[in-house]
Amino acid sequence: MHEDANDHEALLEALIDGSLPDERGRFGPFGGQYVPETLMTAVNRLSEGVRDVLPSAAFQQRLEAELKSWVGRPTALTAAPRLGERWGADVWFKREDLAHTGAHKINNGIGQALLAQALGAKRVVAETGAGQHGVAAAAACARLGLPCVVYMGEVDVERQAPNVDRMRRLGASVISVTSGDRTLRSAIDEAIRDWVSDPEGTYYLIGSAIGPHPYPLLVRELQAVIGREARAQMLEKGGKLPDAVFACVGGGSNAIGIFHAFLADRDVALFGIEAGGCGSALGQHSATIAAGRPGVLHGNYSMLLYDDDGQIQETHSVSAGLDYPGVGPEHSLLKLVGRVDYETASDAEALAALDECCEAEGILPALESAHALAGAKRWADKNPGRRILIGMSGRGDKDMPILSRFPRSEAGVDVAA
Amino acid sequence: MSPRDRIRNALSRGRDDEAAIVAYLTAGYPDPERFFAALEDVARVADAVEIGVPFSDPMADGVTIQRSSEQAIEHGVSLRWIFDELARRELELAPPVLLMSYLNPLLVFGYEALAERSVECGISGYIVPDLPYEESGPLNAALGERRLALVQMVTPVTPPERLEALCAASEGFVYAVTRTGITGRAVALPAEATEYLARVKAASELPVCAGFGVRKRAQVEAISQHADGVVVGTALVEVLERGDDPAGFVQSLRPAR
Repeated sequence: MHEDANDHEALLEALIDGSLPDERGRFGPFGGQYVPETLMTAVNRLSEGVRDVLPSAAFQQRLEAELKSWVGRPTALTAAPRLGERWGADVWFKREDLAHTGAHKINNGIGQALLAQALGAKRVVAETGAGQHGVAAAAACARLGLPCVVYMGEVDVERQAPNVDRMRRLGASVISVTSGDRTLRSAIDEAIRDWVSDPEGTYYLIGSAIGPHPYPLLVRELQAVIGREARAQMLEKGGKLPDAVFACVGGGSNAIGIFHAFLADRDVALFGIEAGGCGSALGQHSATIAAGRPGVLHGNYSMLLYDDDGQIQETHSVSAGLDYPGVGPEHSLLKLVGRVDYETASDAEALAALDECCEAEGILPALESAHALAGAKRWADKNPGRRILIGMSGRGDKDMPILSRFPRSEAGVDVAA
Repeated sequence: MSPRDRIRNALSRGRDDEAAIVAYLTAGYPDPERFFAALEDVARVADAVEIGVPFSDPMADGVTIQRSSEQAIEHGVSLRWIFDELARRELELAPPVLLMSYLNPLLVFGYEALAERSVECGISGYIVPDLPYEESGPLNAALGERRLALVQMVTPVTPPERLEALCAASEGFVYAVTRTGITGRAVALPAEATEYLARVKAASELPVCAGFGVRKRAQVEAISQHADGVVVGTALVEVLERGDDPAGFVQSLRPAR
């Protein structure tokens, strides 16, 4: 037990000082490159691009210019005093919902599209769940003049219809995936199939901190701007760091983006909130870290939801963006070493938190972000008077078709599960 | 003879100058009884048999094999089921049998148990499409103790040095993907394919079998000039989908006698 604790501390130190992931893409035991041989040349070439092109001054200048003038960064840090009064806490939002296209996904979308262009790709493929990544990829590709194909599960095409239209208007081809569970996971399967067919000319613009190395590293680097800004803004506006940071976790890109800058601040508690869905049985939730076991899917070894035969399980969440059976390998390591606590919020808790945020602060959060709000509210209840930073990963406009199916909850009162 | 050598011998150029045939069947498809009937029939005419372990997310396979996997899973087929049925039925299969599986079912089963059970059930080797050479150490070690084969795949975009390393690491045979892409798409055998197969042959001491997209006698004949064997997968699953005779189809790929 004692040795474990030492090992865990060493792993966390390695993560903080930048020596993880290692050359093989390992975050401790997690990560790696579990892809068909056909893709090995492509992922190796991408690894070289992440190593050589991404940190170059020319690339960083180009990226910063786009983040500032096109994405609209830095995004605001907003105090939430009316919500804070209800909860008995000092509540702040990091407003990724104010970024271009309405979510943090654009940070990654424009960054990877620039990288694709630098690496000479002729076309871009992407997968999408809620549609936010698809919209971000479509917009970034339009901005750079790259053809873009977005794979989206049939179930998500239906529940996120406004985003499908947005992607098409932004010039992307949207392909509805009718195989498998017809959600994000099937969309990734299909995007990988496309990539396998043309690994030389096609760039796979993955939407979360998942997939084979170097994607978890690449996406983390592109999303880490969230936490860097938020940390500086908290110090500037409030004079000190938050006591706790909350972010929703599906694949985990916005959470890793906001957490990363705070990893070395050991007094800042970090909480990842997964989708508890409508129950604790397999198939009723998407609580990968809370309920999963280590396994291999979509190119990496990480926590995963599967049955006793190793078959990946269908998941459920009211929020399409969290409806995924895997999670990024860096989160699995952060769980293992105990730096981040992972909890769940149910569909009902998320819906109630969404309504409360609308009423108290005039902000309609995405259903994904509402999970972080629900987790923060629960913690505030047990820890009165603390300063809380919540990652507002996206805006909820895209959720209107699904929200209109639920009656508005009494603000501040949980809807019975 | 070790399981590895059994595969190697079965696929090495023998009596005639024809390509050996590795026949792929998705386990339990179209249903358990018809699968075992097809397995016995195909084993009489093929040089090696590859049994596909159905997986929920077969990302390197085309729609045909994906569909057959989904149906097999609905019939309750799993790795455990395959082992149990092979042991219970005590089939006398002449050619070596390999399992093709994505990694997660193998990982969950446990590599030591996997190797032990493979020997008990007459399995000679493994093909794992989402396990590249770099990640294959632990599985290879467990299989190696029992002299079971872990077949490496190579592709037209594999760089020369890597091709050498993969051919040296492979056991049983070298699986040469003849066209970049997922399984089941038609392959003609253009000039660059023959050049590619020549490169693989030169790098490998093991038999080289070309796979992905083979469905006609003329293709087998063309590949025979450049490789030791062919893997027939999607086309054979389609034969079962249509309710046709799988052994008759494999036989139709052989030269007329």
